[in-house]
Amino acid sequence: MRMGTRKLLDRSFTVGACFAVTLMTLFLLLVIVPIFGKGAGAYVFRGTVEYRRMMLGEFGRGDEARIRPEWEAVRQARRPIYEAMAAFERELPDLPAARRKELRPAFKVVREGLAALLGPEPGSALPVLPRKMYGQTRWEQAKEKAADILFEETWDYSGDESVKVLVPRQPLFEGTALAPVFPLLEKELEALMRPRLTFYPRFLTDRSVDAHFFGGIGPEVLGTVYLALGAMLVAVPLGIVAAIYFQEYAKEGPVLTFFRSCVNTLAGVPSVVFGLFGLAFFINTMRVSQGKSVLAGALTLALLVLPTVIRSSEEAIAAVPRAYKEGALALGAGQWRTILTVILPAALPGILTGIVISMGRAAGETAPIIFTAAVSVGQFVRLPEVLSQSTPALSWNLYNLCTEHEAVDEIRHVQYGMAATLVLIVLALNLTAILIRARVAKRLKG
Amino acid sequence: MQETQAHVEAKAFSVYYGAHEAVRRVNLAIPSGQVTAIIGPSGCGKSTFLRAVNRMNDLIPGCRASGELVFDGKNVYGGDVDTAVLRRRIGMVFQKPNPFPKSIYDNVAYGPRLHGNPSKGELDTIVEESLVEAALWDEVKDRLAKNALGLSGGQAQRLCLARALAVKPEMLLMDEPTSALDPKATARIEELIVQLRGRYTIAIVTHNMQQAARVSDMTAFFYEGDLVEFDATKDLFTCPKEKQTEDYITGRFG
Repeated sequence: MRMGTRKLLDRSFTVGACFAVTLMTLFLLLVIVPIFGKGAGAYVFRGTVEYRRMMLGEFGRGDEARIRPEWEAVRQARRPIYEAMAAFERELPDLPAARRKELRPAFKVVREGLAALLGPEPGSALPVLPRKMYGQTRWEQAKEKAADILFEETWDYSGDESVKVLVPRQPLFEGTALAPVFPLLEKELEALMRPRLTFYPRFLTDRSVDAHFFGGIGPEVLGTVYLALGAMLVAVPLGIVAAIYFQEYAKEGPVLTFFRSCVNTLAGVPSVVFGLFGLAFFINTMRVSQGKSVLAGALTLALLVLPTVIRSSEEAIAAVPRAYKEGALALGAGQWRTILTVILPAALPGILTGIVISMGRAAGETAPIIFTAAVSVGQFVRLPEVLSQSTPALSWNLYNLCTEHEAVDEIRHVQYGMAATLVLIVLALNLTAILIRARVAKRLKG
Repeated sequence: MQETQAHVEAKAFSVYYGAHEAVRRVNLAIPSGQVTAIIGPSGCGKSTFLRAVNRMNDLIPGCRASGELVFDGKNVYGGDVDTAVLRRRIGMVFQKPNPFPKSIYDNVAYGPRLHGNPSKGELDTIVEESLVEAALWDEVKDRLAKNALGLSGGQAQRLCLARALAVKPEMLLMDEPTSALDPKATARIEELIVQLRGRYTIAIVTHNMQQAARVSDMTAFFYEGDLVEFDATKDLFTCPKEKQTEDYITGRFG
């Protein structure tokens, strides 16, 4: 090949590779940045007085001596609103019928909006659901709710494309007792809600209140930890023993080739199939538990990551210099002793890397646990209950909260917080793997 | 010291790799307490023979032996031989230094820990004695806890020697122990071999004929699996009886 052609090929390869790498990085950033940006909102946000009231009421947290006066001040600030509503209700029957017909549904919207924003009206019966006991706990959502009251959302179909138009509600109520409420909501919202920068690190460990309307993702995190650790507890000993067998004991031949290809095939099976298998085998056939349980989920995940553990352990063992083995054997060590004292310690970093990466995989898998372990709403599972209890888990509940929750829009921060937490856990595990690998390289250099 | 007493004796001993006969009906008596060098061109079966003595060839699939190889009055390939015991009594130093990725101390203590349950004090003594015997003590006594992989090639090889000596073997097999070392480190190992002579029976495979001439009492010349000549070193190098030996030591092939 001529020099010019060769250089051209070289260069075009470089350009192509750079393009691919850049594209990958961009996509990664495109995914990671919003997840972490918005996910951080679950931990750090502007919390309203309703947040502090909710924390005190549901979790018994916060300084009551400070919250009480603040709450009193807020109630004072809100009083004109409720007074205006009461006055409006009194004058409503005396208005002309046409005006009444026009105002009544609008008033209903305003009243419901105010209940969502500020919580139940003073003097009304305490609602059953916690989500109705408190107003908006987060400032950005409070602003949205206030806007819902101030403006009516309509669509303008006159043009070629339909356009969303926000029509102020205030003019409709002009001249009635309710009219002063609108400027109050528009200008005094801070006094009504008292937003303050809030750190909520316990989002990670708190139980959720009323299907994730309030509280944290503790049960999900714990469930994920149980499932990942449980899977490792089963997969690691089995995987290492299998790897030792393949590398040190098994004789090359058709049987070994068959078993090897079985392991490799297992690695390529879609995870949803593992889920179905787990349900059919562990729950329906083996009856390890009455129904879904952490145990069944962990066993299924263990099967899923087993090929990875076996392969990485095999590679690590194969990478141990033969000379170590010969050295030990020449000193009179038996095969098992050689494996335990020389080969496994030398292979350990590689094996650990495989284990940590598998653990990240087990923590993130969704399909296998849908069938065998996960429930959408759940409490903390205590350790003795893992044998029989199902559990919520980050991966499955993330999907569940984004698609099947009754108020998907209200809990965006929980969804993002959950996604960010899951990504962080997996990233942290992978980072551990990288660190282990780096330490090995150092150790092998001496 | 009885010079005539054989420590290892091969009687019509053959080693096969599959169908290939790598060592062919060799009769050879390695005298006790002396240094016996085994020389010959690459692929002549000298390493195979050496590794047969402590049955390291067992690791190679398809490798088998016939005839007799007697160590201390007993056939090494007899049915009732415990290879672990055999290998404890016959130490080995390999071509490439192969310290374990452990501390210097743990490397030397590996063998003693394997074959008994020595106390910390006993172990300390064994480690020191072995390192002194391998002429490494002064260089490493301050860093016994350091990883052995940090040692230089020559030091690592002496550590391997100390590791082999720590289990108190009767015999040492050396498989080209200096081929991976520089001349200075080689000289130190050779000095050591001379010092260890008498205390241990030593069999050394080497490519380096000067080395064989310098350190050994007896020399065996292997060629294509056959033992061509076996004689006192000074005789073999000065007046070889066989034409092939003469050709080899004069450098006509190799």
